[in-house]
Amino acid sequence: MITNKTQLAAESNKSMNSYLAPLVQQIQPSGIRKFFDLAAGSKDIISLGVGEPDFKTPWHVREACVYSLERGFTGYTSNAGMPELREGIANYLHTRFAVDYNPEDQIIATVGGSEAIDLALRALIAPGDEILIPEPCYISYSPITAIGGGIPVGIETFGEDNFKLTAEGLEAKITPRSKILILCYPSNPTGAIMTRADWEPIAKVVEKHDLIVISDEIYAELTYGSNHVSFASLPGMKDRTILVSGFSKAFAMTGWRMGYACGHPDLISAMLKIHQYTVMCAPSMGQVAALEALTNGMEEKDRMADSYNQRRRLIVKGLRDAGLECHEPQGAFYAFPSIQATGLSSDEFAQRLLREYKVAAVPGSVFGLGGEGYLRCSYATSVSQLNEAVERIGAFVRQLEQERA
Amino acid sequence: MNEMNELKRKVLELLKEDARSSTELMATLLGAEEEDVKMVIEQMEKEHVIVKYATVVNWDKVDDERVTALIEVQITPERGRGFEGIAERIYLYPQVKSVYLMSGAYDLLVEVEGRNLREVANFVSEKLSPIDAVLSTKTNFTLKKYKQDGIIFEEHQEDNRLMISP
Repeated sequence: MITNKTQLAAESNKSMNSYLAPLVQQIQPSGIRKFFDLAAGSKDIISLGVGEPDFKTPWHVREACVYSLERGFTGYTSNAGMPELREGIANYLHTRFAVDYNPEDQIIATVGGSEAIDLALRALIAPGDEILIPEPCYISYSPITAIGGGIPVGIETFGEDNFKLTAEGLEAKITPRSKILILCYPSNPTGAIMTRADWEPIAKVVEKHDLIVISDEIYAELTYGSNHVSFASLPGMKDRTILVSGFSKAFAMTGWRMGYACGHPDLISAMLKIHQYTVMCAPSMGQVAALEALTNGMEEKDRMADSYNQRRRLIVKGLRDAGLECHEPQGAFYAFPSIQATGLSSDEFAQRLLREYKVAAVPGSVFGLGGEGYLRCSYATSVSQLNEAVERIGAFVRQLEQERA
Repeated sequence: MNEMNELKRKVLELLKEDARSSTELMATLLGAEEEDVKMVIEQMEKEHVIVKYATVVNWDKVDDERVTALIEVQITPERGRGFEGIAERIYLYPQVKSVYLMSGAYDLLVEVEGRNLREVANFVSEKLSPIDAVLSTKTNFTLKKYKQDGIIFEEHQEDNRLMISP
């Protein structure tokens, strides 16, 4: 047995990079990672950088899981997930978003929404296919597209349009190789949502160019003012859409890694093939918890959404009072203020804010096209922390003004 | 009107969370006018919906010995007044912190606080038990408070999330 750490370190210092798959070598580490490392060593930091609820999973959900473990429910489930869970998901989607799926062959329970997106891309991409991605967006779409052999094509969205995707913007990026459009509304990082009227012209373009849509609706339960409109609920779009969602955001269940995908039986069956050969099935205990969340968790979910809404008002007002322009986010739990007036790049702004004022937020540039000049601030944190954070941001903005004067 | 009732309910929820919240903060959180928040608070104070702004204290952490007992009391109700008169006789004692009329094996649950065990025992034997209508008492001393008014005393509220995440 080797116990000498120096010896171990020396052994592992030999580079193994030449063995890596070329596709993986090309992937850059996430820009968020750099900030994670910067923030990790510091103390007394207020973090607006966390993309997850600050609530614990509701107790009844945790308790249902514990009870199932006590009863020994620890084995595999069917590959697509427990039938009761798939039925629960079908009922939920019908009630909440007016989309109907057959639990037997149109729904698959996955290891988080992330696995669902990965499965969808791997099931669909042929080498050289172009995948259209409205940006700024969740950081994973582009790298997993590339890992799957596809070519990510960003479509820039703009603050002036409240970061909504437009039919013109989409059409301008379409080529004969375009195959898939990845949507994520309500949006991480911008908080943008799409109304039915916003979707209709997009659906026409999707139909005209025969695209398949992967619609990541993980934040669907967190909208403020108007209800979420699922892309799959638009006329003619259900069969060409893979609806992806999960339990992480609505039910404060990030660590459980429970998600799902719904779509045409042919697509789901192809995804299921990959799923069964890679992870076999989603964790059984997570599935029990997810079913409990769907069955009895709506009241708690509403309470949490209400609390995010309150804090959304607080941070938007706070950021505007601090002197930053901030559009009103209508969904998810992120504010995305512009820092362009300060003259700093979003990376510089975020680094200095972290070092000098101990507030961690994520530079918009890491989220792709259109993100430069913005900052992602998560408001899934306590009122007192938010108040303190916006005060510190205000002090930093004033300092920058003095520096420029 | 419904909107006002909704605002009242939400203001009460925020005050229950933190009685020291400013009206300005509450107005921002609720997307309401500060004047409206002030108005509903004044109204609720007047109507005794808001009875008092109090502090939940974990006395175990203060160097100040106190003993609390929950006393189950069986009583004979009075003709015409039921339990009202006798409940009033009991709750007027300053050492009585709360009185509830209960269903089940006894009638009143009385929370009594004293500086030590003897003080509570004396209250039970000299004040409470001798009341004519009181048939029996059963005194349960509180050994430790884990949760009160929805607040868990020893809960560790650390935020274990990563500082930055996607």
